[in-house]
Amino acid sequence: MTPLVEVRGLRFRYEDGTAALNGVHFRLYPGETVALLGPNGSGKTTFVLHLNGLLSGEGAVEVCGLPVNPANLANIRRKIGMVFQDSDNQLFMPTVLEDVAFGLLNVGLDRASAVSRAQAALETVGMERSASRAPYHLSAGEKKRVAVAGIVAMEPEVLILDEPTANLDPPGQRSLVELIAHLPQAKILVTHDIPFALALCQRAVFFNGGVIAAEGAVEDIVARFEWGFTAERSKSPGG
Amino acid sequence: MHHRILERWSRGTSPIHGLDPRAKIAALLVFLIVLATAHRSLALLSAGLFLLLAGGVFRARLPLWAVIERAALVLPFSLVFAIISWAAGDPARGLSLLAKSYLSALAVLLVVATTPLPSLLSGLEQAGVPRFLLLVGQFLYRYLFVIVEEAQCMRAAAAARAGSARAWLAGTARFGAAAGALAVLFARSYGRAEHIHRAMLARGFQGNFQKLERNSFRMSDAGFALTASLAVVALRLAAERLAW
Amino acid sequence: MHIPDGFLATPVWAALDALAAPAVGYAARRAQRGFEHARTPLLGVMGAFVFAAQMINFPIGAGTTGHLVGGALLAVTLGPASAAIVMTAILAVQALVFQDGGVLALGANVVNMALVGVLAGYLPYLLWGATRWRRFSIFAAGALSVLVSAVLALSELLISGVPMSRAMIEISLALFAISAVLEGAITLAVLESLERIQPRLVRQPFPRRSPAFGVIAVAAVLLASVGVLFASQAPDTIQQLTHQTAAESSGWFTKSAAGLGGLALIYGACLLLSRVAGRNRSV
Repeated sequence: MTPLVEVRGLRFRYEDGTAALNGVHFRLYPGETVALLGPNGSGKTTFVLHLNGLLSGEGAVEVCGLPVNPANLANIRRKIGMVFQDSDNQLFMPTVLEDVAFGLLNVGLDRASAVSRAQAALETVGMERSASRAPYHLSAGEKKRVAVAGIVAMEPEVLILDEPTANLDPPGQRSLVELIAHLPQAKILVTHDIPFALALCQRAVFFNGGVIAAEGAVEDIVARFEWGFTAERSKSPGG
Repeated sequence: MHHRILERWSRGTSPIHGLDPRAKIAALLVFLIVLATAHRSLALLSAGLFLLLAGGVFRARLPLWAVIERAALVLPFSLVFAIISWAAGDPARGLSLLAKSYLSALAVLLVVATTPLPSLLSGLEQAGVPRFLLLVGQFLYRYLFVIVEEAQCMRAAAAARAGSARAWLAGTARFGAAAGALAVLFARSYGRAEHIHRAMLARGFQGNFQKLERNSFRMSDAGFALTASLAVVALRLAAERLAW
Repeated sequence: MHIPDGFLATPVWAALDALAAPAVGYAARRAQRGFEHARTPLLGVMGAFVFAAQMINFPIGAGTTGHLVGGALLAVTLGPASAAIVMTAILAVQALVFQDGGVLALGANVVNMALVGVLAGYLPYLLWGATRWRRFSIFAAGALSVLVSAVLALSELLISGVPMSRAMIEISLALFAISAVLEGAITLAVLESLERIQPRLVRQPFPRRSPAFGVIAVAAVLLASVGVLFASQAPDTIQQLTHQTAAESSGWFTKSAAGLGGLALIYGACLLLSRVAGRNRSV
């Protein structure tokens, strides 16, 4: 099976000289959902920004068989959809419908088909009744759904979600899990939320110091790096 | 908050809401200019124009009192100058400043409260306002309250710290703390803009904002612009004739 | 100080609208140059920042507080053309959404605060920002931008015949001077902390020029606005002119035709000038 995403020996330094990625090898196959785990600053977000060419370092990155380079960018950004961590930064248009249609108009759809596809995407995420609302009137969970709709509307082959459950309340997290599970695309989830990763991902890779330190089943990785959060209630003395 | 009410109002349905934004902008300009250039029998003219605007508010099915109250935002500034004029021995001038500034604000409010932001922007663009400026304004409006919220958090944090500062030091220390908070807010806003741009690129943005809506200027829009303008001009002529 | 509608005499607001439109068009074109499309969200968000910055209070003694106005800070960080666009967008949003400042008077407010205010706030930094007078230049930038904007606004009101006693004018000027010093101090303090946390956000000024040129340029800006103020002490000419034209054409048809014709003329001129000066690449 040919991988949807293939990364070989990716290295990246920021302008100030800090090394962020030190040789990353990664593959994503059709139908997979992979969790990217690891400490803050280990390179997870920097890594995913290379997949749609928002950053470019040394090494080979291929998406759906196309190398990520300036000539292919327009194509690649159709194939890879990215939901950013802060929905406010992603929802910048005056109304929900305009925001969801933003990407569709960019890839050259006419108004009528852009509107109908945007409405279909809003139905997929259950936000069709908010089409004419302004994004800043929405709750955090609703914003996240609209952000997902804006990506799903583009019908990409790969979805990247960066910390999708951050700032959501537990019901919001549950319904987001349900929504994501029903989307047919291959997915990469950057997350600290272990229950979320366990619910959705077949596989996890663990980033540390700009390389992938290990990969395997989510449970194994969590156990190996003691990556779960287990709060033991301190016992009262003598109790 | 201000903008929320305005936005709820602008999404209403009424004959006024349904007009092409250009028709409303044209009528607004005629209104403002007729009022600004009027010098005689202002009391009568103001009363007439007020009734005209009140009729517009009624027709737009907006809450009359709330709209009247909101337009009064302009009054504190005007009041200061009215008092100054009064003190300088020209009370008529003071009253004219109050009436003109208030009625102008009310007219602007009536247009903004009956036109949703996207169509107002496209109307302004079709009226010749540079697109880049409108887009900057659109982003400004969108992120206004996101950043104001950040500022409020910072203010609360600064207030929490300031409680323990010594009284004699408080002045300079708080000045420095406020400057530091603003610098952080500046850097964060800058960073946010970069993230927004990134999110735009990720969705295939190539430098052109495409528009979803396109206004269509119909006969009824032309009719409205003409009637409204004529009504305003007729009011002024009538007021001036009656007073003589 | 945002001038509402109804305060300025017709020749004053009309002339300033006609001046502001092409100047803003030109600034819009300059602001986009070389930055591709990253500029749109940046300028919008920085406009929101200036709004929000007004919520951070700076103590100025005796229990009172002041806040940042922002023209000079933006000019030093984003460059003068971008700063002018941000300030213009702020003034437009304030006029439309917050009923703060008029629509016909928008041109006047834009000239005062977004164009002349920003330029006055960039000049000292451009001249002395790269010399050992750097700190002073930033202070002067903030102070000058507020002072020039306020004096211009006051002059426009006086020219328009808003009656003010000499004492009132003197009090206003004293208040302007205080806010100018405050703006200078805030601008300097904020820029210094910004340079500590994110030095890349502050622009480096062009290499130095002769100090004599700088003194002359700054003096010219100051004189220009103070000169306007003194000229406006004798506003009778314009007032008479307005009243005469209003009184002479008494026929209703001539009058309304003249009004509408004037409107069309001003609009056409604005449109034409902004198109010629700011032939925008589509954004």
